[in-house]
Amino acid sequence: MTAKSVGGARVERADEDDDGRDGEAGGVGAGFAKAGDFAVAGPRRAPFGDPLVEFLLRLGDDRLILGHRLSEWCGHGPILEEDIATSNMALDLIGQAAQLLRLAGEVEGKGRDEDALAYFRDAVHFRNCLMVEQPKGDFGYTTMRQFLFDAYSVLLWEALVGASHEGLAAIAAKALKEAKYHLRHSSEWVVRLGDGTEESHARIQRSLDELWRFTGELFERDAVVEGAARAGVAVDLEALRSRWDAIVRDVIDRATLTIPADVVMQSGGRRGRHTEHLGHLLATMQIVARSHPGAKW
Amino acid sequence: MATTKKSPPPADDPALVAAFEARIAAGESIEPKDWMPERYRKQLTRMMAQHAHSEIVGMLPEGNWITRAPSLRRKLSLIAKVQDEAGHGLYIYCGTETLGVERDELVAQLHDGTAKYSSIFNYPTLSWADMGVIGWFVDGAAIVNQTVLAKASYGPYARAMVRICKEENFHKRQGYEICATLAKGTPSQRAMLQDAIDRFWWPSLMMFGPSDKDSPNSAELLKWRVKRKTNDELRQRFVNLTVPQAQAIGVTLPDPDLTYNPETKNWDFGEIDWDEFWQVVGGNGPCNKERLAARNAAHDEGAWVREAALAHAAKQRRGTEAA
Repeated sequence: MTAKSVGGARVERADEDDDGRDGEAGGVGAGFAKAGDFAVAGPRRAPFGDPLVEFLLRLGDDRLILGHRLSEWCGHGPILEEDIATSNMALDLIGQAAQLLRLAGEVEGKGRDEDALAYFRDAVHFRNCLMVEQPKGDFGYTTMRQFLFDAYSVLLWEALVGASHEGLAAIAAKALKEAKYHLRHSSEWVVRLGDGTEESHARIQRSLDELWRFTGELFERDAVVEGAARAGVAVDLEALRSRWDAIVRDVIDRATLTIPADVVMQSGGRRGRHTEHLGHLLATMQIVARSHPGAKW
Repeated sequence: MATTKKSPPPADDPALVAAFEARIAAGESIEPKDWMPERYRKQLTRMMAQHAHSEIVGMLPEGNWITRAPSLRRKLSLIAKVQDEAGHGLYIYCGTETLGVERDELVAQLHDGTAKYSSIFNYPTLSWADMGVIGWFVDGAAIVNQTVLAKASYGPYARAMVRICKEENFHKRQGYEICATLAKGTPSQRAMLQDAIDRFWWPSLMMFGPSDKDSPNSAELLKWRVKRKTNDELRQRFVNLTVPQAQAIGVTLPDPDLTYNPETKNWDFGEIDWDEFWQVVGGNGPCNKERLAARNAAHDEGAWVREAALAHAAKQRRGTEAA
């Protein structure tokens, strides 16, 4: 290539050799394979790992990251009773995450336990959805996010209680009870805030508007979902979506709120393509563990 | 409760005071509906409110490390501990309501800086080891205090202390276990632990309050069995309990005067820096401003939530009445 398009104009590059290698690149590239020997064409997307491991990481990471966001409220809630409730739900979610990540590590078989997975992976190796990693926002944002996630979680655990994978089915049975309580709590608060004052209505409507673009990702089917189904962990995401819609619409109506129309959905978390927020969350979460590699706590 | 301000009975009726003191002397427990001297009610309200505020403000220095806890197991137990503190605060605020004081009133006093809380929470938490040392020292000191408060004359407070003490014991064991793990750990973990001990030892001794000779309320509180032991007695008991625990995990306490006295069977210790104590109590400790700012921010930023909850509840009531 001897010409390059910059801002629509063709710019002559007289300093390049015929094979496209200029002097500088040749210097940096010293020690690498010669360009001609290297297959530069790569796949558009990295292939998925073991679907069951990936599926368990998705479940575990969703709850670890959301539990982390909830735990940020501890001591800073609007009422003491909510400090207690929020901590309680953070405990449930992080407790579920620990079990799920332990199971993911066992299935993976590379000797990684739940702490290795939580503390020694970088952001691009996390598999949580984008919704849970968004900053905690105000109490309305936290409440709306919990509600949208809780409704999804209850339905997901209902489906997974019947999984032929015994370890996961056992986790699902306990988690379902917890998720049902969480959904009741968050639904009540969505209604309270939606129907409360003009200000609370405006705030929680804004949160719903902001969060809606992250809801599509919850129901995306891909090779991991299909592979997990073949491994005995089947979830019918389409059926789940329509039941989720019904629960969400009922509560949103009672809260006198409106689901935003024509929203372009965002996704990528399931493949490690996160928003910039996750890196900062992990920097906080992992700092002590990573500063003392090999230490026991 | 709409009618909390009961018209007080003649507070200084000597016959009533004599009967009250006779009940205390006989070891009876005083219950909310019983007559009590106004000063007794005031002293108890002050103590219980300070205790509740300490639980609430105490959530902040430990909450500071929840997001950074180095293992999921430690993260879970730290969240559970901070949650217990919120529960204790709530429980004791309910206790003060039996004395005719509403929680909102007390919380307002905390937020405007007129109410006191334990001075220890005005120190910053700077490393993970602080989570161990706070459990070991601060909960340990709280247990020493509360074990005797569990025999206090006011029934609702004494009963609250029995329950709270059980949980504090659990927290203390958990904290000590964190310390023991660090003490067996890498050189940098050991250094982290020793640094935390060096920062928290003296402030923990200050938790027991001023020396007896500077504690004007003590005589009356002891007579009415609001307190059962003096500040200095409790402080000594804490030192005696803690020194062997430090020896067991091989850490030092930052006091060159610490020596065992075979005659008294006490661990004698050096002079507390009372200037520092009074500075912290007076609002000028390292974190006083930050703690109050954090509590006020949480309260102010939550105002719209509380208003919404009230507005919704009012609409629901109107809906029920109309139906």
